[in-house]
Amino acid sequence: MKTRLTLFLVLMASLPIMAEELSLAELTLRANNTWMLVATFLVFIMHLGFATLETGLTRSKNTVNILFKNTGVLAIGLLTYAICGFNLMYPGEFTVGGFFGFSGWGISPPEGYDPLTYADGNYTYWTDFLFQGMFAATCATIVSGAVAERIKLSSFLIFSAIFVGFVYPVLGSWKWGTGWLDDKGFYDFAGSTLVHSVGGWAALAGVIVLGPRIGKYVNGSVKPIMGHNLPLVAIGVFLLWFGWFGFNGGSVLSAEPEAVSYVFVTTSLSAAAGVLSAILLSWVIQRKPDLTMALNGSLAGLVGVTAGADVVGILDSVFIGLISGVIVVVGVSFFDRLKLDDPVGALSVHLLCGIWGTLAVGIFSPETAGLGIQLIGVAAYGAVSFVAAFLIFLLLKVTIGIRVSEEEELSGLDIGEHGMEAYNGFQIFLTQ
Amino acid sequence: MKLVVAYIQPHRLNAVKQALYEKEVVKMSVTTALGCGQQMGYHETYRGADIEVNLLKKLRIEIAVTEPYVQTAVDAIIAGARTGKIGDGKIFVMNLENCIRIRTGETGEEAIG
Repeated sequence: MKTRLTLFLVLMASLPIMAEELSLAELTLRANNTWMLVATFLVFIMHLGFATLETGLTRSKNTVNILFKNTGVLAIGLLTYAICGFNLMYPGEFTVGGFFGFSGWGISPPEGYDPLTYADGNYTYWTDFLFQGMFAATCATIVSGAVAERIKLSSFLIFSAIFVGFVYPVLGSWKWGTGWLDDKGFYDFAGSTLVHSVGGWAALAGVIVLGPRIGKYVNGSVKPIMGHNLPLVAIGVFLLWFGWFGFNGGSVLSAEPEAVSYVFVTTSLSAAAGVLSAILLSWVIQRKPDLTMALNGSLAGLVGVTAGADVVGILDSVFIGLISGVIVVVGVSFFDRLKLDDPVGALSVHLLCGIWGTLAVGIFSPETAGLGIQLIGVAAYGAVSFVAAFLIFLLLKVTIGIRVSEEEELSGLDIGEHGMEAYNGFQIFLTQ
Repeated sequence: MKLVVAYIQPHRLNAVKQALYEKEVVKMSVTTALGCGQQMGYHETYRGADIEVNLLKKLRIEIAVTEPYVQTAVDAIIAGARTGKIGDGKIFVMNLENCIRIRTGETGEEAIG
């Protein structure tokens, strides 16, 4: 009896909704916008993925610092994107011929805003902002891992604010804001270059200006500095893969069933292929299969397929992933040989695989964009992102300093920067 | 026979091991330890409140040696662990009555070597 009453009440309550007549356009907007919001949440959870991945791959004495940076970057990324980033990236009109445009501070819907016509009626202005804002914060997080365990917190936060608030969106406008590279036919579906290699170049600049961690390169040989929690690394990687469904799937910019599901397939297959080739190669080279390489292999495959997830073929996506997995294993040793200390492998994953993925569009889908324009895009983004990040880091180095003291680095940034321990009550065997 | 016990800064372990290895002292046990001495403590804050931490993280190295190796081991530990700053640690040398290797039942200096 009680159940029937409840059912009756629910039906009564829903009557007005059912009675409301929605046009096809309105229904489409609702469906598409809901998917775009889900994608936004998925990209958001990638920040937790980055946080645990970076925590796990570094030493226990720097855990508080890593988590702090990841929290700070997300906040800074979203706020700066609201203040100026969004309007720098999507200026509408360019003031400097496809290179720079700015449509004003803050966020507010454009004049004559109608959700049914904005973005072809696929999502609202607010969804647009938040989805893109989550991407922006991702870009700065990439830097965080590469410069971990030695960068001064204040300098890192200032760098992030400038980079996400200004450099990333201006660079993004060249393609996604319909700037000069978009005019020339450059293609980057979800950001192999615009997000990942832009972040990777900035990370490279940071690594060069900072120098390696104490004890990493001793008398010409590489001394591994082991991460302290591989389960956290695994959680991070699985969260990132999960989030990538939103990162790539959302970049379809609608809930168009065929396109979104196709992107899911290429994305997953490339990630799986990346894991496979990283496992095999690390097994051959290091004689034992390396878990960190297998996990990084999936991220490599994900970054690699991101530029062409909607246009490359199924077998192509597998091939892109296989090559990405090889790149990540070889890349880690390559950067070590150059004495570029990257604690989490961000340079191999985001920089190298970002470049590879962008070029792969030109190789596997030449009808989308030629290899030539893809190369021009990679070079242009690389040059500007690297130089800009290098200058910001250099400026910070000569003013407030970017590296913690030797004493602080040895006892850990958790105590030095935060006066806090991550694992109070645990016995930690600190030997490095 | 002596037992050499040293408390050192955790990050000096690799240097100490290297110095000992060069003097052919290769057998040792290492455990974590918390200790307070002249270095005093440091401040932590937790949820806005101050905490005085005076037990610092150290490593404890134990090495059982025969008489000719006592000074060698001590010198090597100093060479590896010394930075000149307060907190470098201390070394204790004490008499060792006996030493038995469990696998073979050997005792004394035979068991140490």
